[in-house]
Amino acid sequence: MSISTFDTTFKPLPKQRRFDLQGRTFTTLAGLAALFIALMVAVIMGNIILNGWSSVTWEFLSGAPREGMTRGGIFPAIYGTALLVLLMVMALVPFGVGAAVYLQEYADQTAWSTRAVRFAVNNLAGVPSIVFGLFGLGFFIQFLGAGIDRALGLDVVYGKPALIWAALTLAMLNLPVVIVTTEEALKTVPREMREASLALGATRWQTVRHVLIPQAMPGILTGAILAISRGAGEVAPILFTGAAYFLPFLPSSPTDQFMELGYHIFVLATQSPDIDATRPLLYGTVLVLLALTFLLNLTAITLRARMRASLAGRS
Amino acid sequence: MSVLRPGIDPLSHRRLQRLREGVIEWALRACAFAAVAGLLLIIVFVFREAMPTLLNPATPKEASLAGFFATPLWQPVGDVPKYGLIPLLVGTLKVVIVAMLFATPLAVLAAVFSSEFATPRLREALKPIIEILAGIPSVVMGFFALIVLASWLQAVTGSSMRLNALNAGIALGLGVIPTVFTVAEDALRAVPKSYREASLALGASRWQTAWNVSLPAASAGVGAGVLLGLARAVGETMIVLMASGNAAITSATVFDSVRTLSASIAAELAEVVMGSPHYSVLFFLGALLFLVTFVINVAAGVFVVRLRRRLAGT
Repeated sequence: MSISTFDTTFKPLPKQRRFDLQGRTFTTLAGLAALFIALMVAVIMGNIILNGWSSVTWEFLSGAPREGMTRGGIFPAIYGTALLVLLMVMALVPFGVGAAVYLQEYADQTAWSTRAVRFAVNNLAGVPSIVFGLFGLGFFIQFLGAGIDRALGLDVVYGKPALIWAALTLAMLNLPVVIVTTEEALKTVPREMREASLALGATRWQTVRHVLIPQAMPGILTGAILAISRGAGEVAPILFTGAAYFLPFLPSSPTDQFMELGYHIFVLATQSPDIDATRPLLYGTVLVLLALTFLLNLTAITLRARMRASLAGRS
Repeated sequence: MSVLRPGIDPLSHRRLQRLREGVIEWALRACAFAAVAGLLLIIVFVFREAMPTLLNPATPKEASLAGFFATPLWQPVGDVPKYGLIPLLVGTLKVVIVAMLFATPLAVLAAVFSSEFATPRLREALKPIIEILAGIPSVVMGFFALIVLASWLQAVTGSSMRLNALNAGIALGLGVIPTVFTVAEDALRAVPKSYREASLALGASRWQTAWNVSLPAASAGVGAGVLLGLARAVGETMIVLMASGNAAITSATVFDSVRTLSASIAAELAEVVMGSPHYSVLFFLGALLFLVTFVINVAAGVFVVRLRRRLAGT
């Protein structure tokens, strides 16, 4: 993006002879607002890349934190994040896609029950992430986990913060993302495809399974990737549901706690005994998380653009 | 899938198939209603952890609904814990006001620029920039505010507290800009071209058209964007937790440290005893956050419906 292209938009309209102060001020302000946002993004990204670049070495990516987190690497956090989002996606995608297929292909759009589902999806998307954290603690850990322990006569195995509860909490948080993107993708499948399939004698489910879902695959993938990207960056929902300050071992079971990149950033930034010694590690961790979410988002955006282009080419 | 395979009675096969279709439809419906169940469970379980202790006469008076406004102090740890909500409410309000004052003009003006004045190429350049901003995790924004922005702001304002409501508010505002921008820009671009053409044909300039025609036509959508941004600002946790200083001070200046509702939950819940009064009070704060954001989001939804109706009723 070159800054100089901004000039072209301030051309006065050819017919205006009088100098239009109000108009100039307004258009300039609007342009400056856009420019300011762009500059802030550039400053934030630039600051993190410049300061974090030198910290990201192979040793940093593959090692564990050492000496009170003033040295070493972040491998346990990367590993924990990967496990977390993997579990989340496994729980999330079947539900999200199922809900979207129901809403788009089966549901009576005017029924109150359909409207209730849409209302719930919209408002679920607006629930603060910290409230999801509270919910995860109250429902998954205190109610479900402790209930399982009691039913199986176990000591505290499930009724404590764990990978599985954090993943399920994040899955709830991201459910609207997958539903909305999958629905959008299903909408792009032309009506004729459904009709052709049904006319050939396929049932509704066969049409969904063999025609619609393959056609909507880029959209489903986009939703899953956006959910992963968001899941990897959300810290508030996992604060009380499974993230650990520091673990000397890698999690090996869904009931283990785990280290996570976003939470690790929070810990390094706020609880370090020696912030100057931690700073390079902190910047490195931020850069890794940012690069990860950025790459995921880029993939999702590309997929979505391709999906839209193929739709435009069709009509 | 041939129905006429030898050895299979076509009728029973069809019955089986119909059964399968029915089961699948019910399974899909169950998935859809999982969203409703999720929302209901959130309400039930957040309130369930909060209410019994608060309403139980045996709990200390400080942790009851009346006690929340009886003391001006939030000191949850100590011999006599004080759970005064006023500093938290004031702190949240200060940060949110700063954030919205910072984000709204920038995001709405940029949306007007993008939809009314920018060339297509420029608009295409602006979109990924907003998407990058939207993709920055809030913990990273909090980190930036804590390490970098706070020092800059202190150098400019000379405030004695490095982490304060201004710092947290601006960082929060940066996090809110994409929400407001995206919704407002969508609304502006949904204004029919004919509106603008009519205005321009009558001799209005482009800015007059933007100000007097496009913005009023899209006002409900712009309002929805601002409301959605507001809901996000109220509930956002990691940015304020890291950037606000977290001191529960009740004052009128943005240069003091503040502690918000969300940050209190995040900072304190890990250390409280489950089921204790403090634990219940924190869940009560969560319930409060849920209610406030829920009401704002529903209002935003009403605005969106109104916009759709207005633009469809041409």
